[in-house]
Amino acid sequence: MGQGRSVPSGFTVEQLQAQIPRMRRYARALTGSREAADDLVQDALERAWTKRALWRPDSNLRAWLFAVMHNVFINGIKRARPMASLDALNEEGNVDPVAPSASAETGASLREMRDALGQLPVEQRQVVLLVGLEQFTYAEAAEVLEIPIGTVMSRLSRGRDRLRQLLDEGSGHSGLRRVK
Amino acid sequence: MTMRKGLSEEILNAYVDGGLTSDERGAVEAHLALHPETAARARAWAAQSEALHRAFDSVLDEPHTLRVQGRARVAAVPFFWRNVAALAATLVAGVAIGFVAHDYWTPSPGTTRASIARQALLAHAAYAPEIRHPVEVSGREEQHLVAWLSKRLDAPLKAPSLVQSGYQLLGGRLLPASSGAPAADQASPVALLMYENAQGKRLSLLVRREIPNTDTAFRFTQEGRTSVFYWVDGPFGYALVGDVAKDDLAVLARVVYQQLNP
Repeated sequence: MGQGRSVPSGFTVEQLQAQIPRMRRYARALTGSREAADDLVQDALERAWTKRALWRPDSNLRAWLFAVMHNVFINGIKRARPMASLDALNEEGNVDPVAPSASAETGASLREMRDALGQLPVEQRQVVLLVGLEQFTYAEAAEVLEIPIGTVMSRLSRGRDRLRQLLDEGSGHSGLRRVK
Repeated sequence: MTMRKGLSEEILNAYVDGGLTSDERGAVEAHLALHPETAARARAWAAQSEALHRAFDSVLDEPHTLRVQGRARVAAVPFFWRNVAALAATLVAGVAIGFVAHDYWTPSPGTTRASIARQALLAHAAYAPEIRHPVEVSGREEQHLVAWLSKRLDAPLKAPSLVQSGYQLLGGRLLPASSGAPAADQASPVALLMYENAQGKRLSLLVRREIPNTDTAFRFTQEGRTSVFYWVDGPFGYALVGDVAKDDLAVLARVVYQQLNP
């Protein structure tokens, strides 16, 4: 910052500004809160602008920005909860196998979707959102999250199965929860 | 692509996400026709993506106030710390509110004076951690800020400069009159000026109407790590609050006092 034009900048403020709506959409779905999401995006924007010399002009700006935002997000989790983050970031253990029976094809409401996302382990939530909502390719999602593509694939399958289960439960398909 | 017993999850995902060629799609669909459970799984996955768009696409069109360089001043505070700070502030405010309420219900001689300190602690706890809206009027519009607050407090107010001490005027806001304020000034609102140094540390200066008093002695009180110096000077009572050591705050309070009495 402060050096203005002497820093070789790979993108302009306008290019960055143009990405804000999609960054906000992802952040909203990821955090479940408008305030937390906008704080996250604001921090990511500032960090991205400060680090803009690190962006390679031949690469995908949106994926790079989402990677910056991912780092801000993860650093926040680690710093806020040094112990809990181990659980939060340790995905594979706590996912129930899904019985592929009930149908999740009914449209989930906004609230049902938000509740279900909130219960999805965060690393599965990230992959499901990057691919399902933001339409990143698997390779781009791997780049954003700095994980191998095989891990993207396994988290995606687990996340989608888990989300299906959560949506089914949320909309009363499980039978057990049905009270209406 | 071979499909012996089942589809790999990679292929099923790619099918849902539109990542297959038309030949591949045909092969997958042939398989799904024979495996209804896998077909239901694929339909559920695809429905999720549609539901995600229905739930969150409206965010794309929302007006927002985020700007690339809009907040360089506080960029050093990561967002989770801010949430932690906000939570801490809520707790502090809870304590402070308890304090004020207690004061309100059991009035006793001598507590009225200190009520300015408590109001300052409460206001500082509420607004100093605010990232986006610590103040209503920015310090960049100092003239407007001072004129506005003077008008509302019905007496000429000055915004002391703490630049020499490393603090910039961030701005100010108006607060409602405190229940603990002297009866004569119940209706008069309260001004809060906020200052910030290069490390992001903030000071609040609360100014409110007080019954004029010849005693201008500095008084000190503390709540946790937050210190307050307060005094009465002319028509106003002042309280300077910050999470700084008593000695440092004393120096700053002197600077404020001297600026107001050149």
